[in-house]
Amino acid sequence: MPERPDEFVIRGGRVVDATGDRVADVLVQGGVVAAVGRRVEGGPVLDAAGCMVVPGLVDLHVHLREPGDEEAETIETGARAAALGGFTAVVAMPNTEPPLDDAAVVASVLAAGREAMCEVASSGCITKGRRGEELAPMGELYALGVRIFTDDGACVDEAGVMRRALEYAGALPGAVLAQHAEDPSLAGGGHMHEGAWSSRLGIPGRPEAAEATVVARDVTLAELTGTPVHFLHLSTAAGVALVRDAKDRGVAVTAEVAPHHFTLTDAECRTFDPAFKVHPPLRTDADVAAIKAGLADGTIDAIATDHAPHVPEAKERPFEEAPPGMLGLEAAFALTLTELVEPGVLALQDALACLSWQPAAIAGLDGHGGPIEPGRPANLCVVDPAVRWEVDPSRLASRSRNTPYAGRKLTGRVRHTVLRGEPVVVDGIAQR
Amino acid sequence: MNDLLSIDDLGAPGINELLDLSVSFVEFTRRDIPKIPALRGKTVVTLFYEDSTRTRLSFETAAKRLTADTMSFTAASSSVGKGESLLDTVRTIEAMGVDAMVVRHQCAGAPHRIASWIDAAVVNAGDGRHEHPTQALLDLLTLRRHLGTDAFRGLRIGIVGDVRHSRVARSGVKAFAAVGADVTVVGPPTLLPESLEGWPARPATDLDDVLPELDVVYLLRIQRERLGAALLPSLREYTSRYGLTATRASRLKPDTVVMHPGPMNRGVEIAAEVADSPASIITEQVANGVAVRMAVLWSLLGSGGLVA
Repeated sequence: MPERPDEFVIRGGRVVDATGDRVADVLVQGGVVAAVGRRVEGGPVLDAAGCMVVPGLVDLHVHLREPGDEEAETIETGARAAALGGFTAVVAMPNTEPPLDDAAVVASVLAAGREAMCEVASSGCITKGRRGEELAPMGELYALGVRIFTDDGACVDEAGVMRRALEYAGALPGAVLAQHAEDPSLAGGGHMHEGAWSSRLGIPGRPEAAEATVVARDVTLAELTGTPVHFLHLSTAAGVALVRDAKDRGVAVTAEVAPHHFTLTDAECRTFDPAFKVHPPLRTDADVAAIKAGLADGTIDAIATDHAPHVPEAKERPFEEAPPGMLGLEAAFALTLTELVEPGVLALQDALACLSWQPAAIAGLDGHGGPIEPGRPANLCVVDPAVRWEVDPSRLASRSRNTPYAGRKLTGRVRHTVLRGEPVVVDGIAQR
Repeated sequence: MNDLLSIDDLGAPGINELLDLSVSFVEFTRRDIPKIPALRGKTVVTLFYEDSTRTRLSFETAAKRLTADTMSFTAASSSVGKGESLLDTVRTIEAMGVDAMVVRHQCAGAPHRIASWIDAAVVNAGDGRHEHPTQALLDLLTLRRHLGTDAFRGLRIGIVGDVRHSRVARSGVKAFAAVGADVTVVGPPTLLPESLEGWPARPATDLDDVLPELDVVYLLRIQRERLGAALLPSLREYTSRYGLTATRASRLKPDTVVMHPGPMNRGVEIAAEVADSPASIITEQVANGVAVRMAVLWSLLGSGGLVA
């Protein structure tokens, strides 16, 4: 494979997208898909025998830590981890230092993102400094291309402020306000799910009601203002039920879940290992079941990683003193295949919808997630669904090591990733 | 046993073994020279991130009576103020050559983390709201010496007060239930655990309902900071509903005993005259602390078995 070939064929794979599922070769020329069909010729070959060729994955929720915490991750390293995980686009969360509440900071993130191994869309803050008080310059950020506004890491906890932000965003077509739904007056000071385990371990808890009260409130505000609300990392049965009910009534809401919320529970916290500390916290078996049901019936629109790198020292602390968050990008696709598709919770196409075209639509990322057909930008992922592999923290591309899946065996591994016609990952190896 | 992090590490046989050992150390501490060379050459460090004079002194006295060398580390007078992490602090201390680390920390599970980082034995001397296993052991020892070896089965123990925030309660419930006692946790709903699933105890919110049946009333310390967190209206209201006042104490069965882990708020959870009454075995609890901690250190660092 020559470096950055202008033309190549992805040979022998099963092409799966929103339109269907067929065995075909995919010819990529000049950054776009040029032909899809049997025995397509042209340029060097990317072998895809036994693999699935799917639209590049889109992650609505990553913390790239730049600017401010480049020891933990940079846009370059985070994007490399994303590409290795099959993602061709990610939305960078705004809790950087300084935060993404200023056009100059957002512009710098976008500039660094243009050199990265996946497309980096920037979110923008809803409020200045993510303090939940005054509005951030949403119009200026929108003009730079920002579509997802969020104070993630913090909840916009005052109803009046959220209402005004939603009203204001009504003038910005395609803008979505994404809420970290955890009422700080209920969850503040808590470090894990409030329930049997937290009571036994003596770790202050974050109750399910902290999520449900904010979801219920913001559904009401979305109805009042007509501006869409996206719920970040929904974690509870109650939250899923409220979103389902809102969608049934036609309210403009969408929701994402993180892989750790359908693969892990609060019981993991019993060893006091902060690798399992995350906000919102790992919940119960019943919540995991409700999230799976929400994915299966379409209540949940997207699987988003909430990739949250932390330097090793940050997690080498007592549970209560360690920061929340875990890595997600490099295992998300395999977790979805292993825990949702293989057991029959989600059909393959529905899983891909949650990992690719539905999040692309929410974020307004037109070049991603679309059907694999001539004329479309070549943002593609080739995954070998049969490969068994074990998560080894030391071999991750992220600058950080805080995965909760160390030693876990997963099925399905990304083989190639193509970004704007460039093979950025070939045979599981990042090309730059 | 490599560490003592939780009562879960012991189970009923482990508890009884430690209590037997403790009884022998109680006898021993009555000697003219209460010191044996059982742990000569061993080093025990107390690593206290929270103030606790009584527990720290109790462990250090226990170590010295076994002729171990002791070192003492408190957060207030250390490099913690200079930003040193727990991991670095612990590794630095271990590098000096220690055999056991007795840890008190404001975070649940901190001793578990430390145990995963170092080879020395770790003893939990209180971690956040989680556990305080040697307190539970000394409470059991006190009850056993007071009531007799076979008194635990069916013994009705009420743990009264701020169970939710109490490591003493978490260890106590497990330890009391393990030896066969019947445990009730009593307090306002805001001070009981959010969930009691998996706890070998039943809840009660009305002290006067359960009081006449109890064989042991175990009172927990009420902290003023609970008022600010909207958990209690006032200390006066707490006392009126849950305090062991002289009036309430008069309704106890004649042989019921009263316990408290200290330090007491006289006039809040316990009336002064009750604390000083014949029913109170609170000072015996303190006296038994050293013997229990000798037993724990001996079990972890000694050659094992009973000391002759």
